[in-house]
Amino acid sequence: MATIAEIKEKRAVEVKDFNFYYAGTVDPALKDINLPIPKKKVTALIGPSGCGKTTLLRSFNRIHDLYPGNRYEGEILVHGENILQKNIDLIDLRVNVGMIFQKPTPFPMSIFDNIAYGLRLKGIKNKTELKDRVEKALKDAALFEEVKDRLKADGSSLSGGQQQRLCIARAIAVEPEIMLFDEPTSALDPISTLAIEKLIIELKDKVSIIIVTHNMQQAARVSDYTAFMYLGELIEFGKTDDIFVNPKEKLTEEYITGKFG
Amino acid sequence: MTAKRRRVVINYFALSFSIGSAVLGIGFLFWILWILVSNGIGALNMDIFTFDGAPPGFAESGLRHALVGQLILALGATIFGVPVGILAGTYLSEYGQTSKYANFIRDISDTMMSTPSIVIGTFVYAVVVSPMGHFSGWAGIVALAIMMVPIVLRTTDDMLSLVPQTLREAAAALGAPKYKVILQIVYRSAKVGILTGVLLSIARIAGETAPLLFTSFNNNFFSTDISEPIASLTVTMFSYATSPYEDWQQLGWAAAFILTAFVLGVNVLGRLFIKTKRKR
Ligand SMILES: Nc1ncnc2c1ncn2[C@@H]1O[C@H](COP(=O)(O)OP(=O)(O)OP(=O)(O)O)[C@@H](O)[C@H]1O
Ligand SMILES: [Mg+2]
Repeated sequence: MATIAEIKEKRAVEVKDFNFYYAGTVDPALKDINLPIPKKKVTALIGPSGCGKTTLLRSFNRIHDLYPGNRYEGEILVHGENILQKNIDLIDLRVNVGMIFQKPTPFPMSIFDNIAYGLRLKGIKNKTELKDRVEKALKDAALFEEVKDRLKADGSSLSGGQQQRLCIARAIAVEPEIMLFDEPTSALDPISTLAIEKLIIELKDKVSIIIVTHNMQQAARVSDYTAFMYLGELIEFGKTDDIFVNPKEKLTEEYITGKFG
Repeated sequence: MTAKRRRVVINYFALSFSIGSAVLGIGFLFWILWILVSNGIGALNMDIFTFDGAPPGFAESGLRHALVGQLILALGATIFGVPVGILAGTYLSEYGQTSKYANFIRDISDTMMSTPSIVIGTFVYAVVVSPMGHFSGWAGIVALAIMMVPIVLRTTDDMLSLVPQTLREAAAALGAPKYKVILQIVYRSAKVGILTGVLLSIARIAGETAPLLFTSFNNNFFSTDISEPIASLTVTMFSYATSPYEDWQQLGWAAAFILTAFVLGVNVLGRLFIKTKRKR
C-alpha cells in the first residue's frame, strides 16, 4: 500500500497494527489495520456490509468500552497519544472525538437542552455563554433559522433530517477536533442528505472527519480520502479521486464498479 | 364449498366467538360495577368522610379512620417500596443486564410477584409482628412495600430496556459518565413508563386485605400512630360487610365503592400516561 506513504498531510489519527475482537469471539473483526487519517479532511470508509467499517469507527472514541469483553490490540494515535492505553481518560477522549449515528438520537429534552447537554457536561453553567454557544452550534449546523422560534420545543418534534442536524449541532457545540459519522444519511431523504453533505464539507475547515458510507456517490462527493475495507482488513487507502478513477487493487475496482457488495 | 367461502365462514365463527367472549367478560365487569355503584352510592354521604368508626347503631359513624389509615399505609409502602424497586430495576437493566445473577434476581422477583399475598402477610407476621409483640402500622407498611417491590422492579427493568441503546451511546459519546447517562437520559426517556409502573403498583396494594389482617390488623378508632394497629379500607370493609348490623353493612358498601373508584381512577390515570407517551 504505497499510497499511505504518499500522504504528506498532517495526521489527525494514526492507526497502527490494529486488531479488534468482539467479546466472546476468537477471530478478530478487524485485522492488522494501518491507516492514517489526515487532519481537517474528510476520510470515507467504504466496503461491503459486515467488513468492519462501524467497528473501526467506534474504536476511535472507544465506545466499544460500553460493552464488557471487547478487546483492542495495537495502537490508535490521536495527537501522537495512544488512546488504547489503559490510563486514558475516556471522557476527555469523547469530548474531543464526536460521533453521529445512523439514526438521529435526540435526547428526550428541548432543542436548546439537547445542544447545551455536552456544554453542561463540560461544566459551562453561565447562561449567556450557554445561549451563545448553543446558537453558534445551531448556526454552524445550518439549523438555526428553522428552529430559532422554538428552542424550547422537544427535540423529537423535529423532522428526521432536522434531528440529524440537531445531533450534529450537539456534537460540534463542544468543539471536538475529530468527528465520526456512521452512515449519517442512510435514514434520510435526498434533500436532507444534501444538506448534511454540505455541512460535512463546511465542517472540515475546523475538524477532521471520518465518515462511513454505503453510497459511492456520497463518498465521491464529500471525501478527500477513501479507505476501502473488506472482511475486516484495509484493502486500499488513498485520495478519493485516485481510488475511484484508478484503484490499485482489483477488489477495490470490483467493489466500486458494483461487481459485488 | 370453495376455499374462499370456507375462509369467510371460519372468519365469521371466529369473530362471533371472540366477540361473545369479550361481551361475557365485560358483562361481568359491568355487573360488578353496577352492584357496587347501586349499593355504594346510596351509602355515600359526607358523614363518611368526617366521622370515624362507631359501635353499631350510632348515627355519627363514618370511614374517616379507615381512609386515613389506608392513606398512611399506602404512602408508607410507596416511600419504601418504590425506591427499592426503581433502584433494583435500574441495576438489572443498566448493570446486570443478562448476567446470571441478574436473571436470578428477575426470577426471584417474578416469583415474589405471584406469591399469594397472604403468604407475605404471614412472613411479616413472623419477622415484624411477632418480635414487636403486637400488630402495627409498620408491619402493614412492610408487607405492602414487599408487594410493591417486584412490580416496580419489573416495570422499571422493562421500561429501561426499551430505551434505545443508541441513546445511551450518544450520551456517552458526548463524554457523559455512566451515572449521568442513566440519571439524565435513560430515566428521562423512560419516566412515563416508570411512573405508570408506580401507579399500577399503588393500585395493586390498595386492594389488599390478606397481608394487612396479619400485620396492621384493624382499629375502629381514628389513629395516625403507625407503631399501633391501624385501620385500612380493606380490612374495615371486610369486618363491616361480614357483620350482622345493617348500618355497618352500609359502610362496608361505601368502603367497597370508594376503593373501587380509587383503583379504577389510578388505573385509568396509568393508561392515560401510557397513551400520551405513545403519541410522542
Ligand atoms: N457486537 C458484536 N459482537 C460480535 N460481533 C459483531 C458485533 N458487531 C459486529 N460484529 C461483527 O463484526 C463484523 C463487522 O461488523 P461492522 O458492524 O463493523 O460492519 P460494517 O462494515 O459496519 O457493516 P454495515 O455496512 O452493514 O454497517 C461483522 O462480521 C459483524 O457480524
Ligand atoms: Mg456499519
